[in-house]
Amino acid sequence: MVIGGKAVCSFSSFWSELYCETTDRSVEEPATSTRMTLGGKSCEPMKPAPFSYFSPRSIGEVLELLAQYGPDARVLAGGQSLVPLINLRMARPDVLIDLSHCDDLKKIEHTGSGIRYGAMIRQYDAQLAKVTREHCPLVSMALAHAGPVAVRNRATVGGTLAHADRSAELPGVAVAMNATLVIESHSGTREVRADQFFRGDMTTCIEAHELLRSVTFPATDHSCFCHFLEVGLRQEGVAIAGIAALIRFDDGGTVKDPRFAVVGVEAAPVRLKALESELVGRALTPAIIAGARNLGGQELDPAADAHASASYRRRLTASLVEEALERALQWRRHELQ
Amino acid sequence: MNSNETMRIALTVNGQRVTAEVPARYLLADFVRHQLRLTGTHVGCAHGACGACTVLLDGRPVRSCTIFAVQVDGSELQTVEGLCREDGMSPLQEQFRTNHALQCGYCTPGMLISATALLSEIPDPSEEQIRRYMAGNLCRCTGYQPIVLAIRAAADMINGRSEARERSS
Repeated sequence: MVIGGKAVCSFSSFWSELYCETTDRSVEEPATSTRMTLGGKSCEPMKPAPFSYFSPRSIGEVLELLAQYGPDARVLAGGQSLVPLINLRMARPDVLIDLSHCDDLKKIEHTGSGIRYGAMIRQYDAQLAKVTREHCPLVSMALAHAGPVAVRNRATVGGTLAHADRSAELPGVAVAMNATLVIESHSGTREVRADQFFRGDMTTCIEAHELLRSVTFPATDHSCFCHFLEVGLRQEGVAIAGIAALIRFDDGGTVKDPRFAVVGVEAAPVRLKALESELVGRALTPAIIAGARNLGGQELDPAADAHASASYRRRLTASLVEEALERALQWRRHELQ
Repeated sequence: MNSNETMRIALTVNGQRVTAEVPARYLLADFVRHQLRLTGTHVGCAHGACGACTVLLDGRPVRSCTIFAVQVDGSELQTVEGLCREDGMSPLQEQFRTNHALQCGYCTPGMLISATALLSEIPDPSEEQIRRYMAGNLCRCTGYQPIVLAIRAAADMINGRSEARERSS
């Protein structure tokens, strides 16, 4: 076979080794925790570097594998960030532990005070779930920006949190709401708050032998305004800046518990705490909103890259703050009618 | 680690049962194209950016370059080859032709698959809904206008037909 003028050898011998047939037999269930033994010849060319593949059926099996392989292993959730990195060989894990068959990680539950998502809930399912839209609408709103449908059909709630890309939407929601993450290993379970979870770009507090099992977002009621806004190069593309806004009002209409978390601007999602404390106890008016806009990007240390300068990101954040507050004001007026 | 680790998978592809022996690091896109020889599915970027390789996995659109073939064991897969009907092209395919919704055709299989999923999820989509749903499929020829028109026309065609059937019954 000739590709681009160069002979690519061992391709045809590879194909002749493979077996493919059309049959009416029913699909056999593979054995638990399938690990395939090694076959004959070279499989070049392929995009990903070689790895050993495991598909455990339970969390216990996952934790055992992590205890055994630790830093040499990567956990594969939806693969929408990891597999592109593997294809580009920017990631070359020796071992891939696929969570696709771990049904324990695929539950959404209302716990009373919050909504608990198993790590393997697909983003499109989480976004559209009735329980999310009714009790945690900010999660729905943020996930609507988390890539095209074909990505959200695979990408998972746990995957985007554990991957911790600086421009990902859900980490911002987790920080704004101070969600609780459950991390498990062979030696035990620990709970971590979102503000302690994210450590930087693609860095979290998960250790090599640990697994992110679930995340619980506090439920919000109808007295709470929620909104997610972002600006990116294209719709559903990567965010240059995004904001998760959550504002509680008391009966008199003054701001009680404002939360703003910004994504895509610093290496990890960041709360706008100076702005939040400025807004507490105030009623939203155009003058207050104008003041908030001025304060909006000031407390940040934005990154500069090919898509935007630091000052652009700061101004963009200020605009997002203003728009979120304007929408909150409209929402509040609508609620009073 | 040895590169030759293989695994046996069984799945349904366009309604036919298929079993195969695949290396663990084999992408679904490459499995479909090279092993099943279903070359209608195109690979554009191979890292989940362009949407050309979109297929339906258990009825849902996914990008076959970001999934390993070993992961689809037991699943139902539909590729662009599976969209044709016995009596010819599907309404979407027909409307893509009528509306000139392709030029080079490289993105078309992914477009058709995504649009099929769109119309099964939202049978009567607005232009805004079409543009939003199709945002993951890049086209560098058409400027998208004819693609949106074709999907809208296909929706009318499908809905018109079903109304006609209802009237006659």
